[in-house]
Amino acid sequence: MRLLEYQAKSLFAEYGIPIPKGLTSIDIGQGRKDAAVLGFPFVIKAQMAVGGRGKAGAIQKCQNADEFELKYPDIMQKVVKGEKTKAILLEKMADIKKELYLSLFLNRGKRCYTIIASGEGGVEIESVKNQIIHEVGLGNVDAKTAEEVGKQMGLKDKPLTQFIDILQKLAKITVEKEAELAEINPLAVLGDDSVVALDGKVIIDDNAMFRHDELRKFQEVSELEERAEKSGFSLVELDGNIAVVGNGAGLVMSTLDMLSDNGGKPACFLDVGGGATTETVYEALTLISKMKKVKGILVNLYGGIVKTTTVATAFLKAYDDKIIDLPVFARMSGAEADKSKEMLKGSRTKMFDTIEEAINAAVIEMNKNG
Amino acid sequence: MVDLFELLIGKEGDKDYKKKPVIVQGITGKFGSFHTQQMLAYGTNVVAGVTPGKGGQEHEGVPIYETMSEAVNATGAKISIIFVPAKFFLSAAVEALESGIKLLIAIPEHVPVKDALTIVELAKKKDAIVVGPNTPGIIIPGIIKIGIMPASPFKEGRIAVISRSGTLMYEVSHNLSVANFGQSICFGIGGDPINGTPLIQAFDTIRNGANIDGIVVVGEIGGDAEEMLAQHIIDTKFDKPVVAYIAGRAAPKEKRMGHAGAIVYGNYGSAESKVSMYAKANVPVAKRPAEVPMLLAGKLGKGRIK
Repeated sequence: MRLLEYQAKSLFAEYGIPIPKGLTSIDIGQGRKDAAVLGFPFVIKAQMAVGGRGKAGAIQKCQNADEFELKYPDIMQKVVKGEKTKAILLEKMADIKKELYLSLFLNRGKRCYTIIASGEGGVEIESVKNQIIHEVGLGNVDAKTAEEVGKQMGLKDKPLTQFIDILQKLAKITVEKEAELAEINPLAVLGDDSVVALDGKVIIDDNAMFRHDELRKFQEVSELEERAEKSGFSLVELDGNIAVVGNGAGLVMSTLDMLSDNGGKPACFLDVGGGATTETVYEALTLISKMKKVKGILVNLYGGIVKTTTVATAFLKAYDDKIIDLPVFARMSGAEADKSKEMLKGSRTKMFDTIEEAINAAVIEMNKNG
Repeated sequence: MVDLFELLIGKEGDKDYKKKPVIVQGITGKFGSFHTQQMLAYGTNVVAGVTPGKGGQEHEGVPIYETMSEAVNATGAKISIIFVPAKFFLSAAVEALESGIKLLIAIPEHVPVKDALTIVELAKKKDAIVVGPNTPGIIIPGIIKIGIMPASPFKEGRIAVISRSGTLMYEVSHNLSVANFGQSICFGIGGDPINGTPLIQAFDTIRNGANIDGIVVVGEIGGDAEEMLAQHIIDTKFDKPVVAYIAGRAAPKEKRMGHAGAIVYGNYGSAESKVSMYAKANVPVAKRPAEVPMLLAGKLGKGRIK
């Protein structure tokens, strides 16, 4: 789960990492009140889970009320890399002397947490120069390590003292909230030598959420995603018109790739989990029926232990119950394939021996309908 | 260092040669119970189960113990497979490693990263091998199956398969078997960001310990395990054929595609990055699972006359 900037900053504040004064709203009425409390000038920042907001004009300075009336609605309707603005953060401008970069992240290759820091922040991590990289095991950072990193970044005196404190607190957030990434970019040294987090990006380990009820308030899931989660499915909604369903994340990804290679447009990624039963496939079809854009369904199941007939039963039941009225292109390896083909004869579900054939048929059918 | 193949098969002359005892943690659950049956049917020597509160009973003809230390003491098993729900994984795995288990197959999906890291550290201290979490397990066709994979896709032979995905491991192995490339071992490393046995380690274990003609690596987007492996193949001048597959080329960025580990940030973890590193290591990447045996045949054909 990726927290929005204002959510990450609320964690920072809770742990004592300094942040600029700011207020968050989701409509201009509340925004005006916030503006009155803060006083001009300030920065208007779109809250969305994506990088590159500045370049896209989703973060803008605001000098007065006239500007506010123009810019607030403009930023509210921004879409950057497919992500919509979820809320607006109004934040006091800071008198920046120097921008730093600081993050702690789960280093998959090394199987430990790692600090990345730099005296030259404010740009995307890929472009951050002079990176200082330091492995820290399970994520805890002692004062000595923090001081070493700060000195390597060229900090001294008051900013160094403050940096040591901030790095240790960021590490505490990472460990206690089970974050895969906690990033402050930029971390700014201000005119008075105080150090402040001007932005915040925190990604929480989804699998650890069962231990973090206090973070549930930040969780934003669509109704469909919630239903999928309840059934133990993973669902990612996409832009196309063919729903892609299968058992096992790798297999569904692979199907998505092959469909795209053949000019098909996936509408979703739906992994019903390693096994497949009549119930899970029926529930998957039910979920898909709620997606308006879907014009056809591509199913790729690796049976193995599962009998194809159990799955064929689910398709028939879904048509009988009028859950779906869509063409289904299915490939399912496993026992009793002939019997299931017989069962599905005359229905809108076509069974294929290979996924390649199923994809070809699906793409042809979709193109026919324009 | 413990040796994977010695744990799984043993040495000729061992009285349990090719019959190494295995303990199932969480044997009475629906999932654990079903797969215990399947493993027994394959010939895996499941000698004990552990379910707290059910010690003294039997399940599928297998005696159940209260704790891992009781089960290990009674059977001498060094292998355990865990079927408990993710939130109980940490305590089950700690118990297994503390009781002397040397090969732990961690089936559960959705194990928190912190718990996986904790187990990785403990396994290092205890000189034990952890496979997973979120793995289908390991199968040596014809000898032992410790996992949740169906038996049908696999066939005895001399190709090793290492996979980050379960069903893709079955799919690719099935394609290989049909093309008459049997497998010496199929090793599921798991779909999580943290693997008990990372890709390179699995690769080295297999190249040193198994009779192989080639290795197939089934990967996916996320992380940099494939890139590291490609570099490792170059650095160590591995000269047997390696063929790869990577799932997730069409996946959008910053979206988790089912597996906790299948997510791309910027270029980190992207399919392009993996394919280009593999190219440097002279490892062809199949566009689809069915292409794997063709690429392998091409690679094998080059070096010798068949």
